Amino acid sequence: MNKLLLQILRFAGLLLLQVWVLNNVRLGGYINPFVYVMFVMMLPFSMPGWILLIVGFATGFIVDIFMSTPGLHAGATVFMAFMRPQVIRLATGSTEPETINNPNLSDMGMRWWFSYSFTLVLLHHLALFVLESFSFQQFGGLLMRIILSALFTQFIIVLLSLFFEQRKKR
Amino acid sequence: MYNLIRFLQKHHFILLFVLLEVIAISLLSRSHTYHSATISHNTNKVAARLYEINASVTEYFSLRQANKLLRQQNAELQKRLAWHETHQTAPDSLLRDTVFDFLPARAISFTSHLRNNYIIINKGRRDGVQKDMGLVAPEGVVGIIIGVSDRYATAMSLLHKYATLSIRFKNNDQVANLHWKGGDYRFGEVVDIPTHVELQQGDTILSSGHSLVFPEGLMIGTVDDFVPSERGSLNTARIKYAVDFNSLRNVYVVKNYDRKELDLLIKSRPNE
Repeated sequence: MNKLLLQILRFAGLLLLQVWVLNNVRLGGYINPFVYVMFVMMLPFSMPGWILLIVGFATGFIVDIFMSTPGLHAGATVFMAFMRPQVIRLATGSTEPETINNPNLSDMGMRWWFSYSFTLVLLHHLALFVLESFSFQQFGGLLMRIILSALFTQFIIVLLSLFFEQRKKR
Repeated sequence: MYNLIRFLQKHHFILLFVLLEVIAISLLSRSHTYHSATISHNTNKVAARLYEINASVTEYFSLRQANKLLRQQNAELQKRLAWHETHQTAPDSLLRDTVFDFLPARAISFTSHLRNNYIIINKGRRDGVQKDMGLVAPEGVVGIIIGVSDRYATAMSLLHKYATLSIRFKNNDQVANLHWKGGDYRFGEVVDIPTHVELQQGDTILSSGHSLVFPEGLMIGTVDDFVPSERGSLNTARIKYAVDFNSLRNVYVVKNYDRKELDLLIKSRPNE
């Protein structure tokens, strides 16, 4: 029960951070950070694939409700959830790490965490901005938005990880 | 049958992904036509309430700026009112123009960096707001109401793929249409300027009144760049919006009391 509560708190915290703070921060037209993806990244390794997909879809869908974009974030987040097992396999060299339950900074180490999260962030933002413009026109601007937003999202995710995880180590 | 079940079980991960992705994309593509964009923007009560809380907190940080703008607008309106009162030419009942009303409201949530941007205001059905009413700010035109709930309403901002506004050039009274091609939230485009019309940077763009949504003469923006065309086709111009779409706060819902009557009149026009 404690773990479930933690997940719910994490979800609510990230969602409110996204909706109340980040959506109001204007950093030029190209930088759009989306840190709610961190929730899907930190779901347990042991979560079955189909639940992972549904949770990803639901997370994106709830964000869509707040941003009045039906299906946009849902589509991008479910794509990221779909790619998550592959990315885990690439990052660790096996499909399921033996002893550790949750992907997070303190358990997996900075190198693993950074490459894992940044890959997922890039995949998510790629899907998001392509779906948003519904085309591949203006590819240069599109690429700029993907990369800059992904960098910023990753920056915030790393900050949050460091802030919340150090305590566990002690 | 058994083979089918086995197939579904074996590839359930990919199949579920495809299913969910298709659902997401179909939701998204449905909102990509004008009518669906207006329908699917139900003004969600929970989300709107959260935005209102957010807006009430952040509002305090810029009261001074907001007050300054409102004072300026008040002064301008007082001037115009005074002019009209001293220059009345005929009794009201004979020469009544269409009557427009302005309902003050606050923009509690908006975006300016997406391809299609929407604004949520804190007035709704209970306050008399209806679909297709206009939305303006002290500096100029902002958008059009596309969805209403009891206490809130959603508006399509001018920064939208399907937002076109009928405009008139102050200098020569020519009429054209204003679009937004995405990208910079400060500039829009007019692409159907007749060839004989020449504009200069700084020329004023006003609402033409043709849409029945906005009264004539509302500020929209100024010409930023005029591109005369080769080969005698239409000229285009880049327009700098008078409104800063990044800092909307106090807005007004524009109601046209004669809208119903005019709509019926247009409908009853014989088909050519």
